[in-house]
Amino acid sequence: MAASSSEKFKTDGTLIGNVTEWVDARFPLTAMWNDHLAKYYAPKNFNFWYFFGSLALLVLVIQIVTGIFLTMHYKPDASLNASGVPVAFASVEYIVRDVPWGWLIRYMHSTGASAFFIVVYLHMFRGMIYGSYRKPRELVWVFGVMLFLALMSQAFTGYLLPWGQMSYWGAQVILNLFSAIPLIGEPLSIWIRGDYVITDATLNRMFAFHVIAVPLVLVGLVAAHILALHEVGSNNPDGVEIKKKKDANGIPLDGIPFHPYYTVKDIVGVVVFLMVFSVIMFFMPEGGGYFLEYNNFIPADPLVTPQHIAPVWYFTPYYSLLRAVTYPLFGIDAKFWGVVAMGAGVMIFFFLPWLDRSPAKSIRYRGPIFKTFLAVWVVSFFILGYLGVLAPTPGRTLVAQICSVIYFMFFLAMPIYTKLDKCQPEPDRVTFK
Amino acid sequence: MKKLLIALLWVPLLAFASDPELHLDRAPNKANDLPALQHGAKLFVNYCLNCHSASYLRYNRLTDIGLTEEQIRGSLLFTADKVGEQMTIAMQRADAKAWFGAPPPDLTVIARARASEFGSGSDWLYTYLRGFYRDETRSTGWNNVAFANVGMPHVLWELQGEQEMGADHKLKLVKPGKLKPAEFDAAVADLVGFINWMGEPMAEFRKRLGVIVLIALAVLFVFAYALKREYWKDIH
Repeated sequence: MAASSSEKFKTDGTLIGNVTEWVDARFPLTAMWNDHLAKYYAPKNFNFWYFFGSLALLVLVIQIVTGIFLTMHYKPDASLNASGVPVAFASVEYIVRDVPWGWLIRYMHSTGASAFFIVVYLHMFRGMIYGSYRKPRELVWVFGVMLFLALMSQAFTGYLLPWGQMSYWGAQVILNLFSAIPLIGEPLSIWIRGDYVITDATLNRMFAFHVIAVPLVLVGLVAAHILALHEVGSNNPDGVEIKKKKDANGIPLDGIPFHPYYTVKDIVGVVVFLMVFSVIMFFMPEGGGYFLEYNNFIPADPLVTPQHIAPVWYFTPYYSLLRAVTYPLFGIDAKFWGVVAMGAGVMIFFFLPWLDRSPAKSIRYRGPIFKTFLAVWVVSFFILGYLGVLAPTPGRTLVAQICSVIYFMFFLAMPIYTKLDKCQPEPDRVTFK
Repeated sequence: MKKLLIALLWVPLLAFASDPELHLDRAPNKANDLPALQHGAKLFVNYCLNCHSASYLRYNRLTDIGLTEEQIRGSLLFTADKVGEQMTIAMQRADAKAWFGAPPPDLTVIARARASEFGSGSDWLYTYLRGFYRDETRSTGWNNVAFANVGMPHVLWELQGEQEMGADHKLKLVKPGKLKPAEFDAAVADLVGFINWMGEPMAEFRKRLGVIVLIALAVLFVFAYALKREYWKDIH
């Protein structure tokens, strides 16, 4: 794929006159532009679902830029000021009230956090319905799941920083999970917190993770994700390989250059996304208590445990998996197996490329068994998410347990049911109206 | 198999077994009523800002609700010297803890914190501030319909008078106060309007700006879509 071999430049260029050639003789500028944009051939039949990759990149940029400005004014300090308010909490209110346009930057960042998960969940679902994880795109998918993990840790560490009651007690619940690991659990959780409970030490290290450690990993993984994608080429809603049918110049018959075709198309997606984003940010920044939880407007108080601790909405399906395990096994606490279930619920995505044995990639040509399983799985995911917001009752726990079994069966039974399924033959070329 | 599937469809309903209800009165919307917000500010400074701070708010922010700095200096600035200062209180937290059991919370964002599935934060405050009743079992002599066994006494009792909880679980005014019930409700509505404003002073500006941003994006959409159409017309 390296275009540097196909693109040889005649002259060394000069800094006056032909700057591009001067740079190209020293850095693969034109080659990179061509490889990734102007001569990267993407299938022409991308639909609605294909907006969310570029939107995820947009949200990443929004989060980094707004995050830089928030870092200029935020103080990761859990000590109390003269009015008895933790400095960290007060500094967020300072940003919102006293920093010019600080309220806008803060709401962009808080709305961006939820938008990131909405966009990424839809992006992942696109991969699932069109089989974008299948050979040869396994590594694209694996990098993607790693991105999802990094995003989750980014969200978790960021949520502690406003130092509200939900920040504090949500982190307390999650960091305590490490103590459920047999033998090393207790010292491990103390090592992670840096103290016996969540304190200033914890806040400072979470700040470090949130503003530099995890963002570095995220940006690196985004690069790996896109490089891997551009090495193998994009999948499409038909799940057929456009590289199998090329013209005399070696250009895929169903491929069009990413730039300008998909850049202009993605701009439309960006504008529509920004409109939805603006509706939330300007008219309902709290997102009905889901994007900014009401309890988080109360400063963290280690002595007052809230009646009901709910994680932010994007974690609730996994929180439900955690709470669904109520039986101890092999003499180890149910809590530990809950942690295992929650971890497995995320990690199982890594194995998707090797669990799927269907002859067809796209849902368009797959049989009824897969479609049913996927539909039931999606419903279970939503129910788990909904239950994760609520306080547990015996009835709710039973529902969560049933949905958890469905959640895992979708993956674990996949090698069997995808083989049994009656798929339609895939077309030779993509369908395009 | 089909019967099992249909039975499973009903399972999610188990999740909707209800939580305990909290009935809240609806607070009138005062967000754009500047005289009401100014009246609320006056009530807040006189009745609340002795035990509760509003420490994220600066006095001169009250210019946003139509007061001049001279007015603020003249009639609201009791515990601070300069209008740029934050609305803090003189009471020491350690003393407050000894006197009330827990230090009275800062109220700047209380309206946002008290929102719930039962109603907005304003609704909760409107119900709470009008919901005190006599209860001799409490050390303060007061209890509250929205906040059981509350530590705060009924600070507005002079205005409202005294209520008692009837056997039918309804509040009855047994000793009238300085204000008639309708006047008291109106005063509390203004106070709650102010507390709600103070939670997010830029809220109304935020909404106005949002309208402009959405209009601008709608215009941008027309051009972006036309550009896409123009480029894609050759793709078949």
